[in-house]
Amino acid sequence: MARSRPEPVQVVKQRRDATLRALVEGVPYIRFMGISFDRRGDELTGVMAFDDKLIGNPLLPALHGGATAAFLEVTAVITLSWAYLWEDIESGEIDADHLADNLPRLPKTVDFTVDYLRSGLPRDAYARARINRSGRRYGSVHVEAWQDNRDKLFAQATGHFVMPPREP
Amino acid sequence: MVDKTAIAKQFIEAIPHARALGMTLTEISAGEAAISMPYADHLVGDPRTGVIAGGAVSALMDTCCGAAVMSHPSNPGGTATIDLRIDYMRAATPGQTVTTKATCYHVTRSVAFVRATTCDEDTGNPVATATGAFTVEGR
Repeated sequence: MARSRPEPVQVVKQRRDATLRALVEGVPYIRFMGISFDRRGDELTGVMAFDDKLIGNPLLPALHGGATAAFLEVTAVITLSWAYLWEDIESGEIDADHLADNLPRLPKTVDFTVDYLRSGLPRDAYARARINRSGRRYGSVHVEAWQDNRDKLFAQATGHFVMPPREP
Repeated sequence: MVDKTAIAKQFIEAIPHARALGMTLTEISAGEAAISMPYADHLVGDPRTGVIAGGAVSALMDTCCGAAVMSHPSNPGGTATIDLRIDYMRAATPGQTVTTKATCYHVTRSVAFVRATTCDEDTGNPVATATGAFTVEGR
């Protein structure tokens, strides 16, 4: 039996990118922090563009620990949400064009522990999350953030989340 | 005599990120600090409900814990966060100011230990708690 013909690449990309955009741009705080996401297939990389308002120590200068924590948490929540939506994006179940008016619920943070490894430089920062477990009710996520060098993390975090209720 | 509270207030409120989030220092004494952050549209993390983002609460907690460390009599200099754990008990009520109170309860030669609680205007029912370790500098 022949498999069905794959969808054209631009249709697939359009649906994935529109969903990601709706998810990220719908949150005022993510916009305020200047955080965006790069996508390669299903892999997301958070990008926090440097801005003076992210500074915590003007003398060094260094990023504010709170800005770093927020960046890690946003990356964890969006990555977890994205993974949760992925099947519906791929099957075409999600109507990306009208997603903005009907945003899916985001996971709720239960706890979040940030490990500060070196001071954040006044430059762009990047973060990637790994979902260690995502069940029906709870999720556990680890996030790593770096700046110029992928091997030199400046912060990492682990958090637990309550998953949004599955709509019937 | 110089008003230490006024100096600390000026110092905290001059931090660019604290200023961007609208934080104001309301109390400071030996190892204790309180900082408020009024509700604002750009802090919203859940557009459906208008609840502020966990990240904004993290930034408030981090700033307040740092202020408590710097105000401790046995910490002569600045400080940086080593680790910070935050537990989120409930969503902050949309429209309300959130306030963090932090206590630096122990300082060693190199590390300061801090705990903090964040409430909205329902002060008996915390929104989040935090525990952290901070560096002790300048000795």
